[in-house]
Amino acid sequence: MNIAVALRLMPNPGDELELDGADIDREYVEMVMNEFDDQALEEAVLIKEATGATVTAVGLRTDGIEQALRVAYARGADRVVIVDAGELDPYDSRAAALAFAQAFRELKPDLVLTGVQTPTDLFGQGAPYMAAALDWPQANVVVGVELVDGRVQVTQEYAGGRLAVLSLELPAIIGVQSASSPPRYVSMARLRQAMTEASTETLEVELPARTQASTIESLARPEQTAGAKMLEGDAEQLATQIAALLREQGALVS
Amino acid sequence: MGDVLVYTEPSGDPERLIAWARPLATAAGGDVVALVAGGEPGGDGLTGADVVLEISHPALSPYLPEAHQAALAAAIEARKPDVVLLENTTAGYDLAAAAAAQAGLPFVGYCVDLSVGDGEAESTSAVYGGQFLATVSTPLPAVFAVNSTAIHEVSGAPGRGEHVELPAPAKLDSLRTKFVEAVVPPDEGVDLTKAERIVCVGRGIGGAENIGIAEDLAAALGAELAGSRPVIDSGWLPKVRQVGKSGARVKPKLYLALGVSGAPEHVEGMQGAELIVAVNKDPSAAIFNVAHYGVVADLFDVADELTDALG
Repeated sequence: MNIAVALRLMPNPGDELELDGADIDREYVEMVMNEFDDQALEEAVLIKEATGATVTAVGLRTDGIEQALRVAYARGADRVVIVDAGELDPYDSRAAALAFAQAFRELKPDLVLTGVQTPTDLFGQGAPYMAAALDWPQANVVVGVELVDGRVQVTQEYAGGRLAVLSLELPAIIGVQSASSPPRYVSMARLRQAMTEASTETLEVELPARTQASTIESLARPEQTAGAKMLEGDAEQLATQIAALLREQGALVS
Repeated sequence: MGDVLVYTEPSGDPERLIAWARPLATAAGGDVVALVAGGEPGGDGLTGADVVLEISHPALSPYLPEAHQAALAAAIEARKPDVVLLENTTAGYDLAAAAAAQAGLPFVGYCVDLSVGDGEAESTSAVYGGQFLATVSTPLPAVFAVNSTAIHEVSGAPGRGEHVELPAPAKLDSLRTKFVEAVVPPDEGVDLTKAERIVCVGRGIGGAENIGIAEDLAAALGAELAGSRPVIDSGWLPKVRQVGKSGARVKPKLYLALGVSGAPEHVEGMQGAELIVAVNKDPSAAIFNVAHYGVVADLFDVADELTDALG
């Protein structure tokens, strides 16, 4: 059983982002593993531990991907593959998905896990695009993945926390919302060890010339006209103001 | 031509999305066509539609991504709409991009605004966890997924209400996906939807070791403690305490958000709160767009002082 995890990058959620035209200013932004892909990776490693499956971490060639793949190796991936699809528009999630799909035609995994979304996939999520390209069954917003009788059994989550279990024929693609347990911590020592151990394979793929018909005209912060009344002062003054307004608005236990 | 095809969910409430579609259909000079795939056709929620397109097949209920993907593809093929609209729910994630890829149409997701004219759509999408809005132009026909927060409390005039049966696509007889069972989440004695006060911690709380600070504040307020998705996914609080799209949808009297960035998926679960107070060290955090009162400060300092002030 071979499980592939499609890994993408996102700006470090702790970083404050600045604008540069119709894009973010990328100069000082640290790119880290997309947080939902992190969950997908953890779920893949949990399945590996339960069943002896092998896990291949796959990423598209872009700045920062080698570090993310090393983290994946340190976390339990057996193999790391960089897919070289040339220069990609960072918002062209359809092109990225097609590049992954091309790679999966060659790598022939039984199961692909990836994150349910990224902060920049406004032109389409990866899992449904890959599934459409490969004509594999898919399910998204998944909070648990198991292998049962040669099929993949997933728990899909709906509004209000409702859940259903679905069974999909393999090969299949799953868009993971959260892993069955939180992503494991990897020590710096283990990460350094992974840097020397992991041997990265490269796979070149060809993409159609144009995949995206939409154009981003501008990127802007939401207007704060209807936003919050901002309170000012040091921590103690702020606390006093908050306590007072909670009292005024009848929000405290009477 | 000019139709707006609205995908309605089997157990959803299609009324708001259908009402949202009306101005688009008017601008595009077409009908609002509601696709009902294996659901309960003819409900009140569909009165805003000009055409109710029904596809019936046993595989369409309960919901299966593969079955509904086939039904939506068949509806797009049959009606050739200018605009296909889905809500950004679980089904939206399953179907919207997949339908666009299958039909060779462009797709834009996380829309909070959409207008059409001259064979083109202009839309606004929430990106980077709601920190930025992208204005996007897209040639029609195209598929759009709309954030639930953007179709809040809309109701519209009735449509023509014509019913059309569409033959079930053959694919539905050879699906590779099976429904196994519905799962009722275990009752863990916490019901955030009934809480009058909620203290919600976000990624800014930093780690499980800091949860106690928020717990103390919640105790001083007589509030339930809750967390946003990153807090739950990191295992700092149990799933039963999650607020947002993937969690509880709450309407307390007081919602105190500590270190919550305000991603659209979170806002969806708490924007109905009567009084929202947000503390975040980032002045541009999206939570301040939905909060009534905002504080740009270190949440730990403010939480400690507030616990003392209430004590």
